[in-house]
Amino acid sequence: MEIINLEVDFLVVGGGTAGCMAAVKAKQKSPDSSVLVLEKANIRRSGAIAMGMDGVNTAVIPGNSTPEQYVREITIANDGILDQSAVHKTGLLGFDVIQELEEWGVKFQKDNEGKYDLKQVHRVGKYVLPMPEGKDLKKILSRQVKRNKIKVINRVMATSVLTQNGRAIGITGLDVRSGDMYVIKSKAILLCTGACGRLGLPASGYLYGTYENPTNAGDGYSMAYQAGAKLSNIECFQINPLIKDYNGPACAYVASPFGAYTANATGNRFISCDYWSGQMMLEVWRELNSGKGPVHLKMYHLDESTISEIESILFDNERPSRERFHAGRGENYRRDGVEMNISEIGLCSGHSASGVQVDEFMRTSIPGLYAAGDMANVPHNYMIGAFVSGRVAAEHAMDYIKDIDHGDVDSDFINTERERLLAPLNNPNGIPHTQVEYKLRRFVNDYLQPPKSPKNMKIGLEKFIDYKNVLDELGARDPHELMRCMEIHFIRDCAEMAAKASLYRTESRWGLYHYRLDFPNRNDDEWMCNTIIKKSLENNEMTIFKEDLKPYLFDVNLNKEKYDVSVA
Amino acid sequence: MALTNNRVDVPVIVDESKCLDKCKACIEVCPLDVLVKNPDTGKAYMKYDECWFCLPCEKECPTGAITVQIPFLLR
Repeated sequence: MEIINLEVDFLVVGGGTAGCMAAVKAKQKSPDSSVLVLEKANIRRSGAIAMGMDGVNTAVIPGNSTPEQYVREITIANDGILDQSAVHKTGLLGFDVIQELEEWGVKFQKDNEGKYDLKQVHRVGKYVLPMPEGKDLKKILSRQVKRNKIKVINRVMATSVLTQNGRAIGITGLDVRSGDMYVIKSKAILLCTGACGRLGLPASGYLYGTYENPTNAGDGYSMAYQAGAKLSNIECFQINPLIKDYNGPACAYVASPFGAYTANATGNRFISCDYWSGQMMLEVWRELNSGKGPVHLKMYHLDESTISEIESILFDNERPSRERFHAGRGENYRRDGVEMNISEIGLCSGHSASGVQVDEFMRTSIPGLYAAGDMANVPHNYMIGAFVSGRVAAEHAMDYIKDIDHGDVDSDFINTERERLLAPLNNPNGIPHTQVEYKLRRFVNDYLQPPKSPKNMKIGLEKFIDYKNVLDELGARDPHELMRCMEIHFIRDCAEMAAKASLYRTESRWGLYHYRLDFPNRNDDEWMCNTIIKKSLENNEMTIFKEDLKPYLFDVNLNKEKYDVSVA
Repeated sequence: MALTNNRVDVPVIVDESKCLDKCKACIEVCPLDVLVKNPDTGKAYMKYDECWFCLPCEKECPTGAITVQIPFLLR
């Protein structure tokens, strides 16, 4: 294992949606600075939008909605727990991002008059902008990275954040093909490594058959935690309504503007709105447990041309293998509903609201360390939010680094990290990563899948803590297997945080995402606050505490405005 | 520790008659990095059973040598 030392001004960890935008914006703002994108896969096809995206979920377009209306809707949808100033950024800058993407060659749907063809999928307001030709989105982004002459290192996975006196000064990484170790010093670091998509175990039995891109194993959640950063509201899980057995969404948000809807076994509506939320997931869970399941996305009442149009979007974008999935089962939307089920749990602020705590400039609680995209806690941020947060972080960071010198790397830390990386390779006959990961994630399903019950979560928490010892038994035979082994460290950290936070918040909130059987009601008197997880730097123990919400920019009366999507 | 090799049905099928020896397109784009070249034949194959069924390998293959099939447990 060679050690490769590098030094840059601004390091972007993760070359997905947020990372590509961040790198471009950093270079545009400060052309003489050295910007490096570190990517575990290859930025041409990496991250959540590796195969493109079929639409935008949070488009605040002048004339259709305002940033204030958007912030109000997300405040209600997220049961009041948010930093409105960060969500406001998504509303303020989203339109800019859409226009810039258009200049880069991304096509958004327009009506006959050439105006953006927005659709209503949310409870109130039009924020969904279809991208029927969104399949090459990631290629377009990576082309922009190249055009701006930004250095990219593919196939290197970051493994830890280096700090000095409480400031972030770099990262360590693993070349997942050669097995070499990277030590990269940087004046500022942006973590944008996506969701923790490999937390729960999909019912299919495929470890990597997850809803999220399975390369996203909670890397950033874990690295930020280990470096001492604050994470917030980790009990607010991500749970999605997926096509049963297939790891993609049924995509009611694409189909519903065409007249499709989510229905129960009798073909009737049971939710009033197809925008994903914990409250909606709770209705799905209730319906499935009421004897009226299974639930399905219903399109068979629509005419042929409408169904063909929906198919042309769904079979080309985001998760195109769904076409052959249905074909293999002889299913046809003209006749059959798309049977849906509840996904495994994950952590993802892009959809729900749990992640590394950030302010409106995407600063974490550690100076020099920024977070963006799915791993940064900006509720319901989705793809436009990832672009905006990447841009905001980069532009702030380029100012921050002006008066900053590189830090000094602690050689003891590097040696310890090197030994941690070498351990599985030195134990090639140890337990294979597949089995170690399967068991860990089976425990996640057994003890954390909502609805949550206290004794289960306590058992889970104990098991996840004990599992640190199991990680010592991991064996790897090549750098690829070593990558998988180190990812299990990330997943274990996330599992422990998920159990700890879920036990701590003794109320129910966010519908199914945090539905506790022993505290079934929302308790605003005690819990209208963030829960913060942070590693104690004295004893390395996981601590959890309450923190006040930041004052709202816009008043919302949450007693009056309840997010209710049930059909009475 | 005793280890065994399990036979599994894999999603990524390579038509070796079409796979070009010098081309690495599929290997470079796979997000999970599960594809490698067989050093004896120069043809790509799926070495690690860690597929996301996402299709970049198939879409980026210049000769159409790759087919991703939905694996058995999902079929």
